[in-house]
Amino acid sequence: MSDSTDGVRAYTVRLELVDRPGELLRALEPIANQGGNLLSIFHERGNLTPRGHIPVEVDLEANTEQFDEIVSALREEGINVIQAGAERYSEEIVIILVGHLVDTDLSHTLSRLQEETGSTVRDFSLSAPEGDSGESSARLRLATQSGQVEDVLGTVRDVAGEKDLRVVEPLAGGEA
Amino acid sequence: MKLAVVGAGAVGSSVVELAGEYGHTVTALADSRSAAVDADGIDPAAVLEHKRTEGVVGAEDKTAALEAEYDVLVEVTPTTLGDAEPGFGHVQTALERDRNVVLANKGPVAERYGELQDLAAASDGEIRFEATVGGAIPILSTITDFDAKHITAVRGVLNGTANFILSRMAAEGLGYEHVLAEAQDLGVAEADPSFDVEGTDAALKCVIIANVLAEGEREYTLDDATVEGIHELPASALELAKADDRTIRLIGEVSSETVRVSPRLVPADSALAVTGTRNIVQLETTHAGRLNISGRGAGGPETASAIFADIGRLGSR
Repeated sequence: MSDSTDGVRAYTVRLELVDRPGELLRALEPIANQGGNLLSIFHERGNLTPRGHIPVEVDLEANTEQFDEIVSALREEGINVIQAGAERYSEEIVIILVGHLVDTDLSHTLSRLQEETGSTVRDFSLSAPEGDSGESSARLRLATQSGQVEDVLGTVRDVAGEKDLRVVEPLAGGEA
Repeated sequence: MKLAVVGAGAVGSSVVELAGEYGHTVTALADSRSAAVDADGIDPAAVLEHKRTEGVVGAEDKTAALEAEYDVLVEVTPTTLGDAEPGFGHVQTALERDRNVVLANKGPVAERYGELQDLAAASDGEIRFEATVGGAIPILSTITDFDAKHITAVRGVLNGTANFILSRMAAEGLGYEHVLAEAQDLGVAEADPSFDVEGTDAALKCVIIANVLAEGEREYTLDDATVEGIHELPASALELAKADDRTIRLIGEVSSETVRVSPRLVPADSALAVTGTRNIVQLETTHAGRLNISGRGAGGPETASAIFADIGRLGSR
């Protein structure tokens, strides 16, 4: 049994890049080499750091071991890592909501979830095969603060409970 | 050893059929209405044929089996909740006669664990119940071998029917009712599937695991478990999980004094995402990381195998 998917979570890394061609690619290579999964890159070309560098925000998925390797590989490459992991949103939770999602005002549900859990909905998919009035399912990717997963899930359960929605939670501490 | 088998369903019949192969003699077999008793050993084929043709195993009263000559009472009557009768009474009778008891019936172990242990403590007989959790998979004995203090959490897929339904729904994109009907046709699901799909069966197994882990410091019953089943889960939920390389499994968890059964999202390539009627259990150990044990979690010969393993362990404490 492979252990490679154990403890995989999302990390945000802030880097400072020198403004020269190929620099971004050089910064991304260690992530791929260590088996990390690149989620998004925010390349703020217009902005410059006080030192005249370009700030780049990279979201990636990796397990703890891989993440440590990635950060040290970046530093070995001479890439300035400003912040790694200890970011505001450092854990991701995927949940599925089931029930009369559309009837119970989906956008209200989503905004309540964001407000009351203090997390951000990173990704959202709805499947409503029976149309607006039937039962549907939605998959949400929530970005939350590290160590807050249990609290967030508790709040999700409460909000969903009020609207008679079922929550399929991820398996914490397991392989999820 | 001489075995008295109480319960003549799939598991009881398998025990009777296979006992000779394991070097044991069945001296009594009882179903809910009758018993066949012979101190020299009943004829397995004849008794099971009698059950098939006449609907009962023999001409004697059920209590004759409990009073018969035997070393081990094999209690394989259907699981009942609450007072766990008549299973509990059968176990009590045997222990009071200083006989050993091996159970596949979850009721007494999940609902009256403390009383069961008290009866065993007062008896020269022993009680074992590996077959109550995960069919052929050696879960409880592995916990005991590793020592419960060195197991921090147990989680897994412990109901083959629910797992069959979820894995079929995910693989074929079919609806819950459709797959349930198919499972009933195949004999994977009972006519009344509520015990399996509402999570009760998995919860009882988790409660038994919790009792073994607690080593008598605390007693758990079904009331201590938080249980949510898979009934009426729409196909769209499994579809969305699949699109994100995940799937949904009915997971039982025992950790830090909580017992919980609920449908959960797991990575599609996770060890916990077993398919069909397969079961799997993950043990988190203090010094040896994670241990995965999987196999057939139900069925006559499978559960009987766990019963014979328990009989083999008698006297080893």
